[in-house]
Amino acid sequence: MELSGGEIIVQCLKDEGVEHVFGYPGGAVLHIYDAIFKQKDVKHILVRHEQAAGHAADGYARATGKPGVMLVTSGPGATNAVTGIATAFMDSIPMVVLTGQVPTPVIGSDAFQEVDTVGITRPCVKHNFLVKRLEDLAETIKKAFYIATTGRPGPVVIDIPKDITDPGIKIPYNYPSQVKMRSYNPVVKGHLGQIKKAVKIMMEAERPVFYTGGGVVLDDAAKPLTDLVDTLGFPITQTLMGLGAYPGSGKHFLGMLGMHGTYEANMAMHETDVLIAVGARFDDRITGHVKQFCPDATIIHIDIDPSSISKNVRVDIPIVGPVKQVLRDMLKVVDEGEMNPKKQALKQWWEQIEKWRSMDCLKYDQTSDLIKPQQAIEVLHKVTKGDAFVTSDVGQHQMFAAQFYHFDKPRRWINSGGLGTMGFGLPAAMGVQMAFPRAEVAVVTGESSIQMCIQELATCLQYELPIKIILLNNGCMGMVRQWQEFFYESRYSQSGMGVTPDFVKLTESYGHVGMRVEKTKDLEGAMKEAFSYKDRLVFLDVVVDPTENVYPMIAAGKGHHEMYLSPGSELV
Amino acid sequence: MRHIISILMENESGALARVANLFTARGYNIESLTVAPTEDQSLSRMTLVTRGSDEIIEQITKQLNKLIDVVKLVDLTEGGHLEREMMLIKLRAERIQREEIKRLVDIFRGKIIDVTDTSYTVELTGAASKLNAFVEAVNEELIIEVVRTGPSGIGRGPKGLGL
Ligand SMILES: Cc1cc2nc3c(=O)[nH]c(=O)nc-3n(C[C@H](O)[C@H](O)[C@H](O)COP(=O)(O)OP(=O)(O)OC[C@H]3O[C@@H](n4cnc5c(N)ncnc54)[C@H](O)[C@@H]3O)c2cc1C
Ligand SMILES: Cc1ncc(C[n+]2csc(CCOP(=O)(O)OP(=O)(O)O)c2C)c(N)n1
Ligand SMILES: [Mg+2]
Repeated sequence: MELSGGEIIVQCLKDEGVEHVFGYPGGAVLHIYDAIFKQKDVKHILVRHEQAAGHAADGYARATGKPGVMLVTSGPGATNAVTGIATAFMDSIPMVVLTGQVPTPVIGSDAFQEVDTVGITRPCVKHNFLVKRLEDLAETIKKAFYIATTGRPGPVVIDIPKDITDPGIKIPYNYPSQVKMRSYNPVVKGHLGQIKKAVKIMMEAERPVFYTGGGVVLDDAAKPLTDLVDTLGFPITQTLMGLGAYPGSGKHFLGMLGMHGTYEANMAMHETDVLIAVGARFDDRITGHVKQFCPDATIIHIDIDPSSISKNVRVDIPIVGPVKQVLRDMLKVVDEGEMNPKKQALKQWWEQIEKWRSMDCLKYDQTSDLIKPQQAIEVLHKVTKGDAFVTSDVGQHQMFAAQFYHFDKPRRWINSGGLGTMGFGLPAAMGVQMAFPRAEVAVVTGESSIQMCIQELATCLQYELPIKIILLNNGCMGMVRQWQEFFYESRYSQSGMGVTPDFVKLTESYGHVGMRVEKTKDLEGAMKEAFSYKDRLVFLDVVVDPTENVYPMIAAGKGHHEMYLSPGSELV
Repeated sequence: MRHIISILMENESGALARVANLFTARGYNIESLTVAPTEDQSLSRMTLVTRGSDEIIEQITKQLNKLIDVVKLVDLTEGGHLEREMMLIKLRAERIQREEIKRLVDIFRGKIIDVTDTSYTVELTGAASKLNAFVEAVNEELIIEVVRTGPSGIGRGPKGLGL
């Protein structure tokens, strides 16, 4: 089979099993778009801004575990895509990004719509390529998928000059069934000796805690994690990225840890003697002040990326390997060795934890007439039976969703943790809904965040995506306002929105259903009504208490035992 | 501590930029960096001199290893190794100074490779510390120009860094 470069790209995507490509056309990719036009297998979703193409491909990948694919033109297409790429990079999401480039002969001449895409994206990709010869195209695409999806996943950019996709030049097509790279050999198995050593320490632990993260979700290791935790009876806390891997309603779950984690999770971190970190990267939002982090603990860390280990916090027992396999091996070691954890000590540990739990750190005023954002999430949980895909933007609403939705399954909670990208929620939901057309997909957002990619309402109509947008409208950049209240003596510099559109009318003008709810008593009815529209997008503007803050809160740089628990409270 | 890290990497355009980028992006310090092709056309060899605590050096080697273009690397300072750097140094050399410089060059086993009425250009090879010593030994006012390659290094003994 002889194919042109443009046709090769489309054929490679087919052979890779790609069904959806999120993109936006332009001069440098016209040959590729022409090849897309001539076939039906690979479906192209036309977004309204390249940033959204990135987040949509990313949301698709987070929900399915398959790599997301996007296609943009050179120059401004590529620069607009950078936020999407960086967002995926920070959260280790597998993505393949095809960018058009000016023709090879004019590269470096400041040609029309030329930017050094490989240079610009280098710091925020797992790897990137510039294709210089048509003969290298198919193999480069194969390598890109291989690199993006193996080891610690991440986005890979392939920059393709226009002359490479020239329809007039055809070569024999051959998609390699696999690639081997001498310079890239991700670890596939954790060291059994280390695993045994870790298990031995776990069996001697008196105050153990599992601290697990996005790596468990990325490796689809929820099952062995849940089995191991329940077998041992240890408490577990999860990062923002790990939520859902161990069920949120599971009996050993302490809630999320970190800056906005629960009192019991953070106190357990502070007092633990054996910390078992699994697919988590000791981010500063969870460690707080590193010197005060888990002061008494022996730390075991399972991670596929050696550079995650001992990066921020010194680890005692490193295990480099994929979490799924390592957790399975741990279970086997426990079973075969007929090992038992220290029952009595664990009982005391749980008693202590229950004391912390009884603080009920997530409590909020349920009697208010003004809708509390926490309550909006609880109602969302109730109406969707806790089984929706929930994407979010960045801010207080994101934290409330994380704290109050109690995710029971992995890949249901889809948010930008590492980069914290406002504008992520709606396009990410498009990716999720594309992958699961019949699933309930909700976007929890703020009136500031939603405006960063609001134009995608048009895409949603075009592709009939019945997403439910739950806007927790507090009229301000709540998270910014909270910091200014706490740390800048309430000088609210530029965090008020001043002017916001009428979201109901705005939504209607895009052809969707817009609704507003303002009173607590109407909340549940409105939420039910919103979800009763099975095949329409509904934008529910929930007017919430503008003064509400996210608690608990550990101020940046403080220890886990120093938290603000409620309005006006001192540090505890 | 000063470390010499020797890297074998794919001879791809952009590989050097990836390494340089890593150091600036993560705020690691880089004292010198040399790179050239090897006997195997598809590989190039880089020698990088950096400084940092043990923790930082550990992160540096892990981050370098993570770069897709890096095939292999070794921290030469972890074992016996040889280090060589070449310096070309142009010195003002008139009347009595000429004799004095020649003597110094002999002591350091250097070579004078270019001569004019008023100047000498000296070639000197050795460990970086030896080159430093030479620069310190000559009168500062005589130095017109100093060009150094940055160190390259190789492990002692029969074993080599190969594929
Ligand atoms: C407003 C805001 C507030 C936030 N507050 C909090 C907070 O209170 N608490 C909190 O936890 N986070 C919070 N975050 C998120 C935080 O910034 C980090 O994104 C998050 O803590 C990182 O999660 P993680 O450690 O699970 O790492 P991830 O970024 O999910 O990284 C995954 C880790 O797993 C490893 N891994 C990947 N695949 C595998 C595999 N197959 N096998 C083994 N290992 C693998 C990777 O190498 C990496 O080390 C907040 C973010 C925002 C925007
Ligand atoms: C693109 C981008 N710009 C700025 C920020 C900084 N930031 C974090 S939260 C936030 C406010 C978000 O406001 P809103 O969407 O209304 O959510 P709320 O906190 O009110 O729930 C801002 C500006 C960011 N995370 N992303
Ligand atoms: Mg807001």
